[in-house]
Amino acid sequence: MLFASRSFCCLGIRTYRLQTDLLSRSIKLSASATMAFRHKNTRRIEGLDSNVWVEFTKVAADPSIVNLGQGLPDISPPSYVKEELAKAAAVDRLNQYTRGFGHPSLVKALSQVYERVCGRKIDPLTDILVTVGAYGSLFSTIQALIEEGDEVIIIEPFYDCYEPMVKMAGAKPVFIPLRYKNDGNSASSADWVLDAAELANKFNSKTKAIILNTPHNPIGKVFTREELQVIADLCIKHDSLCISDEVYEWLVYKGNKHIKIATLPGMWERTITIGSAGKTYSVTGWKLGWSIGPQNLIKHLQVVHQNTLYTCPTPLQ
Amino acid sequence: LQTHSLSLSLQAKMSRPVQAQRLAGIDKNIWVEFVKLAATYSTVNLGQGFPDFPPPDFLKEAFVRALSGEDHMLHQYTRAFGHPPLVKILAQFFGKLLGRDLDPMTDVMVTVGAYQALFYCFQAFVDEGDEVIIIEPFFDCYEPMVKMAGGTPVFVPLRPKAPKDGKLMSSADWQLDPAELASKFSKRTKAIVLNSPNNPLGKVFSRGELELIADLCVKHDILCISDEVYEWLVYDGKEHVRIASLQGMWDRTVIIGSAGKTFSATGWKVGWTVGPNRLLQHLRTMHQNSVYHCATAAQEAVAQGFQRELEHYRKPDSYFVQLAKELQQKRDWLVQSLDAVGMKPIVPEGTYFLVADISEFKSDVPDVPDSDEPYDSRFAKWMVKNKGLAAIPLSAFYCASHKNNYNHFIRFCFAKEEATLRAANDILQKWKREKTSP
Repeated sequence: MLFASRSFCCLGIRTYRLQTDLLSRSIKLSASATMAFRHKNTRRIEGLDSNVWVEFTKVAADPSIVNLGQGLPDISPPSYVKEELAKAAAVDRLNQYTRGFGHPSLVKALSQVYERVCGRKIDPLTDILVTVGAYGSLFSTIQALIEEGDEVIIIEPFYDCYEPMVKMAGAKPVFIPLRYKNDGNSASSADWVLDAAELANKFNSKTKAIILNTPHNPIGKVFTREELQVIADLCIKHDSLCISDEVYEWLVYKGNKHIKIATLPGMWERTITIGSAGKTYSVTGWKLGWSIGPQNLIKHLQVVHQNTLYTCPTPLQ
Repeated sequence: LQTHSLSLSLQAKMSRPVQAQRLAGIDKNIWVEFVKLAATYSTVNLGQGFPDFPPPDFLKEAFVRALSGEDHMLHQYTRAFGHPPLVKILAQFFGKLLGRDLDPMTDVMVTVGAYQALFYCFQAFVDEGDEVIIIEPFFDCYEPMVKMAGGTPVFVPLRPKAPKDGKLMSSADWQLDPAELASKFSKRTKAIVLNSPNNPLGKVFSRGELELIADLCVKHDILCISDEVYEWLVYDGKEHVRIASLQGMWDRTVIIGSAGKTFSATGWKVGWTVGPNRLLQHLRTMHQNSVYHCATAAQEAVAQGFQRELEHYRKPDSYFVQLAKELQQKRDWLVQSLDAVGMKPIVPEGTYFLVADISEFKSDVPDVPDSDEPYDSRFAKWMVKNKGLAAIPLSAFYCASHKNNYNHFIRFCFAKEEATLRAANDILQKWKREKTSP
C-alpha cells in the first residue's frame, strides 16, 4: 500500500501507472489531501533561504541611486594586478587544473608574506588552504570543525553570513554585543567594546569556537592587543578555537595597528586566520581567499575542500 | 568544586577529535597519490583528466578583454547566482536543447565547477538516512559527497557483455541489468546520480537506457542528479540524450554542466546547474551560505564563448563540432596504439577517457595473493614508475567492497597533443618489443 500510494504522491508527475480505477481514485483523493512535494530541502538548510543582500542589491541596482551599500570598490584595481592576470591567461597550462589546496606559487607567496607578519614559519603546503573568497574559508572552517552539539560565539554586530553558516553546521550561535561606551569624546569604533565578564559568561564546555572579525565589519573597530588578550585567555581556558576573519587587515588607519590574535601566546595552535584577495587588492570579483593555521586544523579544511570544489581557478591564483 | 567540574568537561572536550563527524571516512582521495606519482615519475601523463592543449583563442581573448577592458567593475562581485550575461545565454542555449522556456534567474545557477554543483545537490537534497543510487564505475567524488551529507550510497554496476566476434569491446557493451537496477530502489531512495557521457568508461547512455532509469525515477518519485559535463564529447555520430527531456523528468532533474570540459579550460572552474526553480531554489540557499559569488571575469568570458557557439551551432566551425572531431581522431589513435601492444581498449562512445584491459600484461606485474591493493592499482603504479606512463586504475572508480570486481583495467585520458599521444605510443611499442624479445 505504501508503495502504491507513493506512486501517486507527487506533484508534477505527468505519467504514472494506474493500478485499478477504483483503487487509484481513492488513493488520489486521500493522497491529494496529505500530498507534500517530496523533494523538499534537507534539514541543514531549513530556514536559511532568506538573505539581506538579495533584497538590498535589487534596490541599489536602480542607476539613479548612489550606492554606498554593498561592500565593493567601484575604483579600478591596481594596474599591475590586472596585468598579471592577463599574462597568466596567456599561459596555456594556467587554464587547466592546479594543485587542489592552492596554486603552488600563491601558497608560497602567502607563506612568505605571513611568515614576516606573524614572525613564525608557515608551511605553504600544510598550513594554508586557498578558497573561493574569504566566504569560502569561513564555510570550509565551519564545516570542518563545527557540528551539532557545538556552540559558537559570535560578536554582534556581525558580518551576516556567520549565523547561517553556524546553523547549517548544526551548531548553536551564541551572541554577545559590542556595547557603546561614550566617554564624552567624538565617537570612534574603539568606543564599541566587549564587557569582559559578559564574554566570560558566554563560554562553557560546549563552546567550540569564537568568531572574531578584526578590523570589524560593519563598525570598523580594530581590536586592541588588550581586547584580543581577553578573548585569547578565554579560548585557552576553555580549549576553544578562534576563527579570525581578518579580510580588512590592510585597511587600518593612522594611529591604529592590526594585531593577529594567532600571534598571541597559546593561540597559533587553535586559530584559523582568514584573508581575502578581494579586499586586499580591490578585486572582490576574483573570489580568492585563504585560511592559515596549524597543520592539524588546516588538514580538516583541506578534506572539506577536496569534497566540495577540489580546486580554485588557476589563472586568478 | 566548580574548578574540578570545569577541568572534567575540559578533559572530555580535549579527548574528542577536533574535526566534525561529517568528515568521517572521506579524508582519503586517490588523486593525491596518483597526481604525486605522475608528477614524480611520468614522462607521459595520460592520468588525470584535463587537456594539455589550450582553450580556443576566442575564449582566451574574451577573458583578456574582460580583465583589461574599460569595465573595471568586472573585477568586482557580480550577481551571486550567476553573472547575468552568462545565465541568460545558458538559459537560451539549454532552453533550445531541451525545447523549453528557461528563466535565467530561477532555472539556472552558476557554480565553481561542476564539482561544486554536485556538492550542492547532495547537501540540498540528501539528509541522514537517505539512499542515493550510484552507477559503477563512477566519478570518485560522488561517494564521499553522499557520505558527507549523511546519506547512504547504494551501488549498481554496469556489467560488460562480450563484444561481437572479432570486434573490440565498446563502452556500449557495458550495461545495467534492468532487474538489478530496479532492486536497488527502496523507500529510502532519494536520488540517483547519472553521468552520461560516463567517466571513466566513456559510455553514452542510449535513449532506451535513459527511459529505463527515468521510469524508475518517476515510479519511485526520486530525484535525478544528471552529471553531463562531457555532453559535447560524443563520437561516431551518436546523440547525447538529456534525461531531463524525457517524460516526467524535468521536474525531478538537476542537470550539471562544465565550462572546463566544454571549452577545455578546466582551470577556470565555471560550472552550472539547470533545472526547475523548485529544485534550484535550494541550491541557491546552499550557494549563498557557502561561497555566495563565483569569479566574475571567468563568467563573462564563458558567456561570450557560449554566444559565439550559439551563432555557430552545428556549423563546421563550431568549437563543439571541431573538438569532438579532433578528440575522436585522438581516441582512434590511442585505440590503435593499445590494441597493437596487447592492451585491449574498450572503445568509448564519448568523453576523453578510454579504459583498457591489461590482463595480458600479468607477466610484467604478477598477481600478489592476499594483497589489499587491487591489481590494477599496483599495475598503474608499476607502469608509471618503470615505463613513465601515467594512467588511473579502474578500481579507483568503484566503492571499497567492489574494488576487486573489475581490477584489470586502467583509464587513459586522450585529450592530449599529438606529440603526447605519439610519445605514449613509443613507450608502448618499446614495452611490447621488450616483452616479446627473449
